[in-house]
Amino acid sequence: MKRHVALAAVAATFAATAAFAETAPMDVKFTDIGEVTTSLTGQPGDPSKGAEIASTKSLGNCVSCHVVSALDASFQGNVGPELNGAADRWSEAQLRGIVIDAKHTFEGTVMPGMYKTGPFIRPGDGYTGKAAPADLPPILNGQQVEDVVAFLMTLKEE
Amino acid sequence: MTLRTSRTILAATAVLALCTAPLRAEMADDELNINGDTPIVTKAPAADFLKGHLDEVYSGWLFRTDSSRAMEQDDFDNPIMVFGEQGMDNWNVADGSEGKSCADCHGDIEEGMKGVRAKMPHLNAKGELWSMENYINDCRTERMGAEAWGWDSGPMKNMTVAIAVQSRGMPVNVKIDGDAAPFWEKGKEMYYTRYGQLELSCASCHEENYGNYIRADHLSQGQLTGFPVYRLKNAGVVSIHNRFKGCIRDTRAETFKPGSQEFRNLELYVASRGTGLEIEGGGVRP
Ligand code: HEC
Ligand code: HEC
Repeated sequence: MKRHVALAAVAATFAATAAFAETAPMDVKFTDIGEVTTSLTGQPGDPSKGAEIASTKSLGNCVSCHVVSALDASFQGNVGPELNGAADRWSEAQLRGIVIDAKHTFEGTVMPGMYKTGPFIRPGDGYTGKAAPADLPPILNGQQVEDVVAFLMTLKEE
Repeated sequence: MTLRTSRTILAATAVLALCTAPLRAEMADDELNINGDTPIVTKAPAADFLKGHLDEVYSGWLFRTDSSRAMEQDDFDNPIMVFGEQGMDNWNVADGSEGKSCADCHGDIEEGMKGVRAKMPHLNAKGELWSMENYINDCRTERMGAEAWGWDSGPMKNMTVAIAVQSRGMPVNVKIDGDAAPFWEKGKEMYYTRYGQLELSCASCHEENYGNYIRADHLSQGQLTGFPVYRLKNAGVVSIHNRFKGCIRDTRAETFKPGSQEFRNLELYVASRGTGLEIEGGGVRP
């Protein structure tokens, strides 16, 4: 945590922002049960941006697989469980781990890793069907992951 | 976890599913009988090799809405028949340096092409795995002296519809043993490979999640018995390989080309998963 805050401060000074401060996808550390305990950016997430990301196809597209009653996206899918009350069931660190790469929490899950750059089999360039560029970015950047986590933390039923 | 359990229960009690899941019916409780005179088997016990994966196999027709299903019940309402008729017209048209038509060698399409869709893809005399499109083009270039048609070109799709219709109500009949086995094994490996940045395999969607919704799409088992299909979205005919291409692209992967060896292997394996079902010849999809 300390390191990230320090880096963020340095980055801000150089006006280089996010790219500097972010933990790179390859460097993310998961606990045995799939938690990621430190923020990827050291910046707090914005739940309203997170809500937007969760309903946007080219971004998180969470609603294609999950019902989230708090979002007014149409045709929410049911490949995954409903996310209502997710913050009652999971800690922030666990939710961050699930969004970054859910395979550390649920072995073999179909849920895609949102902050992962490989290794993949035949990675593509978005939804074009063409080969991915060598520096394929993760689906969400670090701050977007933090935004989604902040949004998930608002999903309380109790 | 819960998903898998709930689906197993739903599959076991398909009728009850309607009561237990009022918002999202698992699939239609309906019988396909084209024009009222061609009943088609759309549910069957799964082949032995699917043990532990699927208990029953279902046509994609069962996962479509009432209105799409109704269109497939009657050829007057089925938009694909216009394309099929163009294919049938072309059957009798001479083309190429030899001045021959399909009919010159195969006779009436009703007789000559009966059962052909049901056994595709299969090995040719040289031991290569060929899809229907390969056989059609081989006739065109080798026997008619005509130009090959593009895999997804209009005349090719029209002809594959015309030929598929001749196998309506015939059981899937693909050969997967003997010399076909190595191709089938490769197709199977592809089916379970998690492609792309989303790391999804065919099985992720069509084996683990059929009956569920991915956004507005009601996932089927990804069976081939309805192919070629008419897609309302593109107002046109979609080939098997074109569907594969779209599904792999949707995993944020580099896809394969229609007609490629990979897709022919995959076609053999996916076709074999439909063993027990019958050919519909011209499905209607959203
Ligand atoms: C392709 C499907 C898919 C997409 C897209 C997807 N998920 Fe999931 N998700 C799943 C599945 C399936 C599970 C259940 C884990 C398992 O058992 O495999 C899951 C589990 C979860 C859980 C744990 C739920 C619980 O209460 O047990 C959370 C939280 C979650 N997902 C959040 C998200 C968020 C946030 C996004 C988008 C940024 C997202 N998911 C996108 C399929 C998906
Ligand atoms: C991201 C999810 C996803 C993946 C992965 C996927 N598909 Fe699909 N597939 C769909 C959707 C959605 C449809 C349209 C609804 C339906 O029929 O399931 C579809 C339809 C199909 C159909 C048409 C079925 C019909 O009756 O019209 C076939 C065949 C098919 N898929 C095969 C495959 C194969 C083979 C693979 C792997 C190479 C694959 N799919 C991977 C989502 C997927």
